[in-house]
Amino acid sequence: MSQTHRTRAGWAPHAGWTRSLPGTAGVLVWTMVVAACGGGQTPGAAGGPAGDTVIRIDGSSTVFPVTEAVAEEFQKANPGARVTVGISGTGGGFQKFCRDEIDLADASRPISASEKDACQATGVDYIELPVAYDGLAVVVNPKNSWAASMTVAELKKLWEPAAQGKVMRWNQIRDGWPDREIHLFGPGVDSGTFDYFTEAIMGKADESRGDYTSSEDDNVIVQGISGDEFALGYFGFAYYEENAGKLKLVPVDDGNEANGAGPILPSPETVKNGSYAPLSRPIFVYPKVKALDRPEVRSFVDFYLTQGVPLVREVGYIPLSDREYELVRGRFTAKQVGSMYQGTESHSSVSLEQRLAQ
Amino acid sequence: MTDASPAAVPTPVRPPFLRHSGDRLLGLFGLLVMLLALAALAALLFDITRDGIGRLSWQFLTSYPSRRAAEAGILPALAGSVYVIGITALIAVPLGVGAAVYLEEYEAQGRLSRLIEINIANLAGVPSIIYGLLGLGLFVRIFGMGRSVLAGSCTLALLVLPTVIISTREALRAVPKSLREGSYALGATKWQTIQHQVLPAALPGVLTGLILALSRAIGETAPLITIGALTYVPFLPDGLWSPFTVLPIQIFNWVSRPQAAFAENAAAGILVLLVLLLAMNAVAIVVRDRFQRRAQ
Repeated sequence: MSQTHRTRAGWAPHAGWTRSLPGTAGVLVWTMVVAACGGGQTPGAAGGPAGDTVIRIDGSSTVFPVTEAVAEEFQKANPGARVTVGISGTGGGFQKFCRDEIDLADASRPISASEKDACQATGVDYIELPVAYDGLAVVVNPKNSWAASMTVAELKKLWEPAAQGKVMRWNQIRDGWPDREIHLFGPGVDSGTFDYFTEAIMGKADESRGDYTSSEDDNVIVQGISGDEFALGYFGFAYYEENAGKLKLVPVDDGNEANGAGPILPSPETVKNGSYAPLSRPIFVYPKVKALDRPEVRSFVDFYLTQGVPLVREVGYIPLSDREYELVRGRFTAKQVGSMYQGTESHSSVSLEQRLAQ
Repeated sequence: MTDASPAAVPTPVRPPFLRHSGDRLLGLFGLLVMLLALAALAALLFDITRDGIGRLSWQFLTSYPSRRAAEAGILPALAGSVYVIGITALIAVPLGVGAAVYLEEYEAQGRLSRLIEINIANLAGVPSIIYGLLGLGLFVRIFGMGRSVLAGSCTLALLVLPTVIISTREALRAVPKSLREGSYALGATKWQTIQHQVLPAALPGVLTGLILALSRAIGETAPLITIGALTYVPFLPDGLWSPFTVLPIQIFNWVSRPQAAFAENAAAGILVLLVLLLAMNAVAIVVRDRFQRRAQ
């Protein structure tokens, strides 16, 4: 009975048509949702097509907190400015950068040889601007009373690929340390921290033993080490600072007397003056020269290198020295195109200031 | 071993309570498994609520991201998620339902249709990052959509399409044959039958499948990061071509920050995502019930 009724209603033009088409019903519901959402935009967001005025930045998630902080302040100072920041990783950022899809690339390492070629092929010129230092901390559990320092050679012996399945106990690293199993924690192979640690310690990027507990999230590594007396691991210095009570730093001795004798503890000072070698590194932004013709991009980069400096410490990174910032600003105003680094050459052997002065 | 020979056990004398002991054991086991699953969910919810409830406020919902955890908010990510999922549904529903109607009602049942069926089922199991790579190559670069809401929605629509097609086909198959035959007997054409009888009757099933599919899509991070969804977007999406971010990306970013206050933000963000998910489900259930009542 009710069936017949519905069929008859269905034959009436229009009214029945929309009611009986489930797709249309779903579409209507969502149209309302979308319309409601579209109506709630801020007045500042209105105006021309997105691509023209937006300052597009993408790249390393390590550099992200600094760039985010600078973007936030820049927009407070310049209402109407629109800055977007992505985290595709250093490699992913350079890929988009060299395809001319973004205005600035965030990078936790210098541009590589193949990325240079890619940029050259598409005619993307860039300026290389170091903006801060990031230190890598080697940490153990606070209950660990023996590991008062380690040399780079000991770290290499512990982390090199040949150690896999062999160097398993603390007393294998140094005589006199306990005959207990060592539990290793470190970042996953996709992280820039992993790239840098392996390059600085093993001398070759991505050379590492694989039998350790790895996580892309440094907070997980912090938790692992803070709960295990026989653990050792490494991650970004900012993560140590936030969890200093739960961890113990291991001073690192690089055997080079010229940059400070003996084992050196990482701290803002030792990272900045280069004595905490080789586990400190500069992080970069790469503005595209062509984008600097746009006044908003130019003033953003200028803001980054001036008002942005105090923000670096606030988000957990270590600022460059005043002299270095001066040199970096000089590079920027002179539009000095290209990279200071020759491809993959380790950047811990020459100090940043020396490089900038070249 | 040897004394368990069948001759030693005279089956008819087993008392009924023993005969049902297997039933009862399985029932008990089922209850235990269910409680375990619920306990895991409850523990997760409890943990997230404890960490995040303190951060949930009007300010959190209406603020833009910030380097200061206490000032940071979720607004662009929330708006981005709603916008992207809305457009995804707009794209996926007509395509998915259309494809299912064709496959179920028009396509001749043969080897080709079985091949298509297997392929669609396989597509439903493809890791989402693969869809992200496809979206990057196809929508972002070849079609020139850029890193826009539209490119994100198209990618997610591809991701949910197999699920929508499969659940719609099942819903269509469940429509009783008598309904179609009655319609034909009254002189209706095939399209009239589908339009006025089959689709309305299948609607509840279609909506359930759609909600399951969209619930998967709203939690996706990987394909959207691949196509270039952003992390810091200090404005709301204002059109199909606007850059955007979504809730899972914002949460992911906060989780990986060293400061504990950002972990609280992440927990609060997860709560917002959960509420959004529940709201989507609620809308679907209301719509479904309305159609179900009408169909009866």
